[in-house]
Amino acid sequence: MSTQIIVGKGSCGIAAGASRIAALLEEGLKGRDCSIKTAGCIGMCYLEPIVDVIENGAKRTYVRVDADAVAEIIKAVSGDENTAEQYEIPKEDDDNLHKQTRIALANCGIINPEDIDEYIARDGYKTITDIIREKSPEEIIGELKTAGLGGRGGAGFPTWFKWRAARDAPVPKDGIKYVICNADEGDPGAFMDRAVLEGDPHALIEGMLLCAYAIGAPQGVVYVRAEYPLAIQRLETAIRQAEERGYLGDHILGTDLSFTLRINAGAGAFVCGEETALIASLEGERGMPRLKPPFPAQKGFWQKPSNINNVETYANVPWIIRNGGAAFSAMGTENSKGTKVFALTGKIKKGGLVEIPMGSTIRDVIYGVGGGIRDDKAFKAVQMGGPSGGCIPADLIDTMIDYRTLAATGAIMGSGGMVVMDETTCMVDMARFFLDFTCKESCGKCIHCRIGTRRMLEILTRITQGEGKDGDIELLHDLALQIKDGSLCGLGQTAPNPVLTTIKYFRNEYEDHIYHKKCTAKQCKPLLRYTINAEKCTGCTLCSRKCPVDAITGTVKNAHVIDPDKCIKCGKCAEVCRFKAVVIE
Amino acid sequence: MSNKCCKNHTDWQMKDAAIDLARLEPVLEQYDGVQGSLITILQKAQELYGYLPVDLLAYIAMRAGVKPAKVLGVATFYTQFRLNPVGKNLIMLCQGTACHVNGSAAIEEAIREELGVEEGAITPDGLFTYNNVACLGCCSLSPVMMIGEDTYGTLTPERAKEIVRRIRADG
Repeated sequence: MSTQIIVGKGSCGIAAGASRIAALLEEGLKGRDCSIKTAGCIGMCYLEPIVDVIENGAKRTYVRVDADAVAEIIKAVSGDENTAEQYEIPKEDDDNLHKQTRIALANCGIINPEDIDEYIARDGYKTITDIIREKSPEEIIGELKTAGLGGRGGAGFPTWFKWRAARDAPVPKDGIKYVICNADEGDPGAFMDRAVLEGDPHALIEGMLLCAYAIGAPQGVVYVRAEYPLAIQRLETAIRQAEERGYLGDHILGTDLSFTLRINAGAGAFVCGEETALIASLEGERGMPRLKPPFPAQKGFWQKPSNINNVETYANVPWIIRNGGAAFSAMGTENSKGTKVFALTGKIKKGGLVEIPMGSTIRDVIYGVGGGIRDDKAFKAVQMGGPSGGCIPADLIDTMIDYRTLAATGAIMGSGGMVVMDETTCMVDMARFFLDFTCKESCGKCIHCRIGTRRMLEILTRITQGEGKDGDIELLHDLALQIKDGSLCGLGQTAPNPVLTTIKYFRNEYEDHIYHKKCTAKQCKPLLRYTINAEKCTGCTLCSRKCPVDAITGTVKNAHVIDPDKCIKCGKCAEVCRFKAVVIE
Repeated sequence: MSNKCCKNHTDWQMKDAAIDLARLEPVLEQYDGVQGSLITILQKAQELYGYLPVDLLAYIAMRAGVKPAKVLGVATFYTQFRLNPVGKNLIMLCQGTACHVNGSAAIEEAIREELGVEEGAITPDGLFTYNNVACLGCCSLSPVMMIGEDTYGTLTPERAKEIVRRIRADG
């Protein structure tokens, strides 16, 4: 039996060198009974590049594969000798993968995203070939209602409700309604949708097909961000293959269902994640949100009834229809059903994608699957929900992952970004970072959002530069509430959240910056002071030679001194000192 | 896209002589009369010319039969569109949350030091421009940068400099 070799080629795998590894394997195994295939991202980004070898039905996984590892793998495959064991996946990491419950990511990293047959072999398109012949559109919507699937883009709005509204909307004269997929994953720190698009694009197509059937829409569009070239390419391939097999087009598989799907590349605007802004962008306009109602379900793309969900939401639908809504709602909590994918990043040991049932705790994700904090530093906070979310502090680590409990902390579930922070992360600087983002990305329509975020950014910048004043915290709070009230769209209304949650949980850090001119995380440069500990300094002169502004003086074998007036706080001296003599306060 | 009777590309002179309007002709024809295709046309034009000078936007407006202000409005709304030329290699430094937490500021400093130019400017040899961009979606490899279509992850200031030097050596 021939040997199958699978190389994980998501964007992260490729960045880690997977294409070169695949080429080396190809060359080394030329002429042998081997096939080398591509898969998407399995979610263990910290172990990339990852290579699976399947021989005689047994699978071995090799991680962090480099040129040396390839040589060993080739020897092992050839049966010469098996010395590749050292590159095999550690048991703990393998267990981590099996601890998860994968629905949206079920095929990611397993199947070749560019081969429709591999998708079909795993029950792909079964809902289209079999189930929709037996189930009416009403029944499909009913299953979603039973499942309790909430929109995975962030707000968790019931998916069945949106579908029902689009179905109930009167059919326009030309018969056109639209199914739209929001794949404009703009939240910094989130890449779940990219993984699905790159690893399992047919799941998205099947989900959209079911929506088309349920609401009676003959046309669909996927709005993908232009920053995801590989995702666009794989989705294009998938659409073409689905068309060739008759899963897309007129009278799909001889039924009355007709559906065509195309891709629209976004041009980079965070606000286009808001559905009315996304529609404006699809129409070739500036992507600015408008007042609702009318909702897109009544008047959406080109004023036609349209349903908009994000990638992960659609990717859950085929599983729900295959297994029944009850199987989905059996997982999770009272308010939040099913599973959720998180992108675990930041100061974490095992960063990557995690899919777990709702109702797990933040601790389960960070310390269970994520392996804890990098370099075993102290966990400080986790940022959830991107610029619309907030920072959840360490003492709330046992908070349940559920739309309502997370909202009660001031953060939100969001689309699934989880950025972990340790003791070296300054929370005031984090708030400034997010305000800088929302300020740049504000579309400018509402004055409170456009100018209010700028004022907040100015205050935060001032505080991080050591020029904070008494009353700044109150002023930030006041502005935040006004922006919430005075903005039209969800993005404006939630823009102050990162500031509000950091004030709520880390007020002491704000006060340290403002009143004591101190940054405990040692991140805000203007607040730092560099000195040399005379007892530790051996007078090696290295620091004074490396100092770019000649602020360090001293003679050989005598303790050196930093001139605070000249020092630009670049940190070079601390970086090069071998005796840890440079003190940062 | 109605103004077919109007002047065509042969009557227009771009300030940047390198911009050959004839190359845009197939794009304009393909999207002639297609509703809502302005962003796609701008994307294709930028692919062809590397950037979108204001006089090119005016030309596209004329051909598409819309006001130049509208085209400029769309072109300045989205971060993908550039109104100024860039170096041969465009370095995109990710400023997403994960990259920020993992030290993207130090990477920017290193790149600025190595290139000797500020964000958005072209190096004197014409090889590089660097831009800070929103999240590239490779957060698990943070800090990250993209040069052309290639992504480089788990950067350190030294590694970032080395990558730039290697590209420079290859011309």
